[in-house]
Amino acid sequence: MKVRAQIGKVLNLDKCIGCHTCSMTCKNVWTNREGVEYAWFNNVETKPGIGYPDDWENQGYWHGGWKRKKNGKLELKGGSKLIMLTKIFGNPDLPEIDDYYEPYTFDYEHLQKAPELEAFPTARPRSLITGKRMEKIEAGPNWEEILGGEYSKRSKDQNMAGIEKEIYGQFENTFMMYLPRLCEHCLNPSCVAACPSGAIYKREEDGIVLIDQEKCRGWRMCVSSCPYKKIYYNWSSGKSEKCTFCYPRIEAGLPTVCSETCVGRIRYLGVILYDADRLEEAASAEDEQDLYASQMSVFLDPNDPEVQEQARKDGVPEAWLEAAKVSPVWKMAMEWKVAFPLHPEYRTLPMVWYIPPLSPIQSAAEAGKIGWAEGLPDVDSMRIPVRYLANLLTAGAEAPIRSALRRMLAMRAFMRTKMTDGFEDPAIADLVGLTPEIIKDMYHIMAIANYEDRFVVPTSHRENGEDVFDIQGGCGFSFGNGCSGGESKADLFGKPKRNVRSKAMEAGE
Amino acid sequence: MLTYLNTVAFGIYPYIALAVLLVGSVIRYDREPYSWRSGSSQLLRRKQLVWGSILFHVGILLIFFGHLVGLLTPIWVFDFLGVSHGAKQILAIVAGGGAGIVCFIGATMLIQRRLFDARIRTTSSFWDIAILLMLYAQLLLGMATIFVSLQHLDGEEMVHFMSWAQGIFSFDLNAAHYVLNAHFLFKAHIFLGLTIMLVFPFTRLVHMFSAPVRYLWRTGYQIVRTKKGHSPAE
Repeated sequence: MKVRAQIGKVLNLDKCIGCHTCSMTCKNVWTNREGVEYAWFNNVETKPGIGYPDDWENQGYWHGGWKRKKNGKLELKGGSKLIMLTKIFGNPDLPEIDDYYEPYTFDYEHLQKAPELEAFPTARPRSLITGKRMEKIEAGPNWEEILGGEYSKRSKDQNMAGIEKEIYGQFENTFMMYLPRLCEHCLNPSCVAACPSGAIYKREEDGIVLIDQEKCRGWRMCVSSCPYKKIYYNWSSGKSEKCTFCYPRIEAGLPTVCSETCVGRIRYLGVILYDADRLEEAASAEDEQDLYASQMSVFLDPNDPEVQEQARKDGVPEAWLEAAKVSPVWKMAMEWKVAFPLHPEYRTLPMVWYIPPLSPIQSAAEAGKIGWAEGLPDVDSMRIPVRYLANLLTAGAEAPIRSALRRMLAMRAFMRTKMTDGFEDPAIADLVGLTPEIIKDMYHIMAIANYEDRFVVPTSHRENGEDVFDIQGGCGFSFGNGCSGGESKADLFGKPKRNVRSKAMEAGE
Repeated sequence: MLTYLNTVAFGIYPYIALAVLLVGSVIRYDREPYSWRSGSSQLLRRKQLVWGSILFHVGILLIFFGHLVGLLTPIWVFDFLGVSHGAKQILAIVAGGGAGIVCFIGATMLIQRRLFDARIRTTSSFWDIAILLMLYAQLLLGMATIFVSLQHLDGEEMVHFMSWAQGIFSFDLNAAHYVLNAHFLFKAHIFLGLTIMLVFPFTRLVHMFSAPVRYLWRTGYQIVRTKKGHSPAE
């Protein structure tokens, strides 16, 4: 057993209102720079839909993640190391920017500077790559917002597998949900394994996966190997970039920007202890539907004295062990079993988990009565098919999803009885195998969701790690080249590519 | 005067070019690691890139290693192996010519794309375009020399080039004399080649030094970084 700690994350989709505040704050902090205008370290998709970039879940096409070979060993879906290297000159699995969208801006200035005109001046779009006028915008970062676009296109969603598409194409049967996505900071990251330069690494102390910008050579194998398509190639700097899990904030004990600013309070951060020796075994489970359970099996109980003792030996700080005991992520994933990994079948052991959303009972509207099953509203008559959620979160296994949804329904029923009728009904808790105490705790954390309950992030222990005398006078965080930033006008060794935006604006067209 | 210019171009210039190549690359690697990259533009336009780049790279790698082995292997090795100079020249013409054609097709595709695709053109730096055109010119010069070579198939001309190249690396001060009477095309080819070395550290060509062959025998599939000096409490 080798104990490592990671800051894990849970997103409660039941409460996501699709406001995109997470995406916007992330964008403003991390990617409003030349070269990554098209990149959204955090984006929110409306499901069902093919998502961003186009059809990212179709690994038969993009070849992201891992595959299990006949001998039980894992290999990148893109192929062996030798095969990967043969793709280095031209990577057939790399998305083109149009698979995301061509980034654009609008001529806002024209609104102020236009001369007197017969018609009202308009701000027309302009490409952020070429600087040229775009007559028609063909795609955007959230092109399917609230079921935008034709059903025939949206329903190509990979999660519709095994679902009668025609039924859900009818207006009265339509369903939708939001899916905010960011880097999964996987336990078994395929990007790390695919990087020919060895520039991507996982931090031992908090599990954050980062790209060393000075070691990255732009071979771009990580972009195609990440099944979540959460690594982006910066065409200006020639380096790949990804969600940093706001590590400067995490180190200081603060939540990530997307979590901090989430108005729906759906995001949770907490320590998860895991057994680093068992990762390969867990990711190699034969049946894809076992991967959810096998990932849970590498998580270690923070209350187990044996685990604590080993964790201390392996250098996990005491504050982290304490934080692990009150980790909301541990509670939702392991104790209540209401949170699930996104697409465990990619075998990367992702560490951003999701609580599936409840949805209205369909038959209620038509028949004036609610479908009931075993004392609770029937999850199978919910608007969002259980199968769809299972395809998204458990490689198609429906039983765990049903159980989670029932627990959430039970929580509502229990609390409603408590508030309106003034008594706690242990029978409701019994229905889903919980106790009134646990349900009240669930309610406290999932429904009330106070700041200090959502974010249990211990500060990093830099005194153990770095010689602070060495780094005094350093620049802290910068985009490469130490303090210089590589931005001087006269740069012998090639600077980031030129700023089309300003050039185009100056030129007028 | 001709001898003097010849000595400057093929006796002194090689050392300037090689020195700038080495020192410049070391400084760039050390001081500007953020700028050390392959500079791929595949994201912006996939069309032509995949095939163009593969053909270009395969061709140019064969040519590169062909030159390396062909020029720097001591002549006695070929004599020892019983490879006649004429036979070696024929091999060089056939293999080099074949790789040259592959590279030519790829480079043409890449140049067309770089110059005439609006996305690629706007996002290209001066050196992105310049180095591609230089390599293209170098390739055409190299291919043109084949026609000169075909005039004399005894391999003696080629031995002169080998003596020159090996003379440069062994600090033979008279190395330039070996190429004094070479055809103009050969001289232009060598001069442009040295110039490419001269500008090497200032272009994206530096990614050659980072060819990730080590990836093949990198152990483990997970890279985990610990903070320096971290010692677990014991």
